[in-house]
Amino acid sequence: MADTNTEPDDRPLWGPAAYLLLVRIWMRAASQYRVSLLLTTIAQLFTTCLDLIAILVIYSHVRTIAGFTLPETLYLYGTTRLAFAVSDALASGVENLATMIRLGNFDLVLIRPVSSLAQVLADQFTPKRFGKLAAPILTLGWAIDALPLHWTAARAAVAIGTVVCGFVLYCALWVLTGCISFIAVDAQEVANSFTYGSENATEYPLSIFGRPLGLALTFVLPVAFVTWQPSLYVLGHADPFGLPEFLRFASPAAAAVLCGLAALAWRTCIRHYRSTGS
Amino acid sequence: MRVYLTAVRLSLRRYLAYRSSAAAGTFTNTVFGCIRAFVLMALWKQKPEIGGWDLADAVTYAFLTQGLLAPMGVFMTSTELGPRIRTGDVAVDLYRPVDFQTWWLSLDLGRALGGGLLRTVPPVLFGVLLFPVRLPLNPLRWAEFAVCCALGYLIGFGLRYLASLATFWTMDERGMNSILVALGMFCSGLIIPLSVVPGALGTVLLHTPWAGIMQMPINVLLGTQSGGFGYALAFGAFWAVLLLAAGRMLTDVARHKVVVQGG
Repeated sequence: MADTNTEPDDRPLWGPAAYLLLVRIWMRAASQYRVSLLLTTIAQLFTTCLDLIAILVIYSHVRTIAGFTLPETLYLYGTTRLAFAVSDALASGVENLATMIRLGNFDLVLIRPVSSLAQVLADQFTPKRFGKLAAPILTLGWAIDALPLHWTAARAAVAIGTVVCGFVLYCALWVLTGCISFIAVDAQEVANSFTYGSENATEYPLSIFGRPLGLALTFVLPVAFVTWQPSLYVLGHADPFGLPEFLRFASPAAAAVLCGLAALAWRTCIRHYRSTGS
Repeated sequence: MRVYLTAVRLSLRRYLAYRSSAAAGTFTNTVFGCIRAFVLMALWKQKPEIGGWDLADAVTYAFLTQGLLAPMGVFMTSTELGPRIRTGDVAVDLYRPVDFQTWWLSLDLGRALGGGLLRTVPPVLFGVLLFPVRLPLNPLRWAEFAVCCALGYLIGFGLRYLASLATFWTMDERGMNSILVALGMFCSGLIIPLSVVPGALGTVLLHTPWAGIMQMPINVLLGTQSGGFGYALAFGAFWAVLLLAAGRMLTDVARHKVVVQGG
């Protein structure tokens, strides 16, 4: 089915449908350079292993970090990286937004009768990003096996919810940080601090950052809800910051709030968008 | 010679023109410096001395690597040569009456100097102000550090230049580049100091060319390099010469064997 113009009426495509369609097109484009695709997939796989090696190196010197054993930290690593890898695969097209705006290509996005967010999220989609999934999945499997935990239904549900909510939180972060490009077109790298930075920060016990920063990462930039808070429940740890119990289960709420903010920011930015005109 | 100096100067000027972009990059370097510093501090709090380093050394290392990252081009996919080979623009470069490798070295050196001017000091300064960073006051140490950084830069350029040249055969630089960046991130000690890696892996890592890019200059600055400045100098010079020579040979092969692609 090569032709994509199957809509008889001129109603715009439904956002998610447009997204999937664009993803398919970009995937076909990416698979034209086969060797490159293979090499970049391997590189992605390798890159996610690097932090894993770093964690193993650290634990070769000590038995616990901030009171967390190796399987516990690997559980944090696995859930964080899995949630991030899926969000990266599906939403990191936002990273091209700055280039799109600078080159004036975003004007084209706006005049097409398709959701602008769907177009931007799907931009330059490439299957290589799935290379990031392998290491977290294997690590998580090992960590769950090695953890001396009694897996109740509640624990399992929270563990699955951790990854799902983490994924949603990261997607919201991608969109929110993408909005930076609307405000300052060459400040793209600031976005990396929040996306890749929080990916790197949340794979360790949050308590290593100390109380002030730990609280900021809970209530200002709510990345503590990606994995830290729900994992405290799953791993049966007391909160070193002494925050109330109900926060262990607050990830869905945090994800909903951040999504709301992201949607609001995106709409505001689109409404105030001015072409660079170059 | 003058043409190369002019190329360095103009390339530097181009880099300095994008100051807000450099500021954004510096912000990110500083954030990552903090993250790495906190992780290393958590480790050193449990074990006060690893590989001859105390906590202050480790934290200093975290911010110095973030400061050196941009000039050394650790995260850079390749030289700007790679995309030009893919698009065929390289045909113009091959016509220039200059030495091909030195030309690209000059352009990249301008970029590196710009990166050093705009992006090295802020993360380290931030670390000095808010973290237990400890820098030596001995000017001789800083001179030795500068020499090692220069050699480290040449090693980094040598590796990236080779990867760019590979595009003549693979036709698409991106695959090669992403492998190189992934390798470089780890082997240069960006993620975890190489001196902390135990066993055979640690020994191997201390002998790859990447070890000369950031780890050894910083070791020299901190005064913890085994064999001292002399060893770091010999190591850096060995790899820099080897890689640049390899780049020169591959350039000749490419010149004679390869058909330029593009319209």
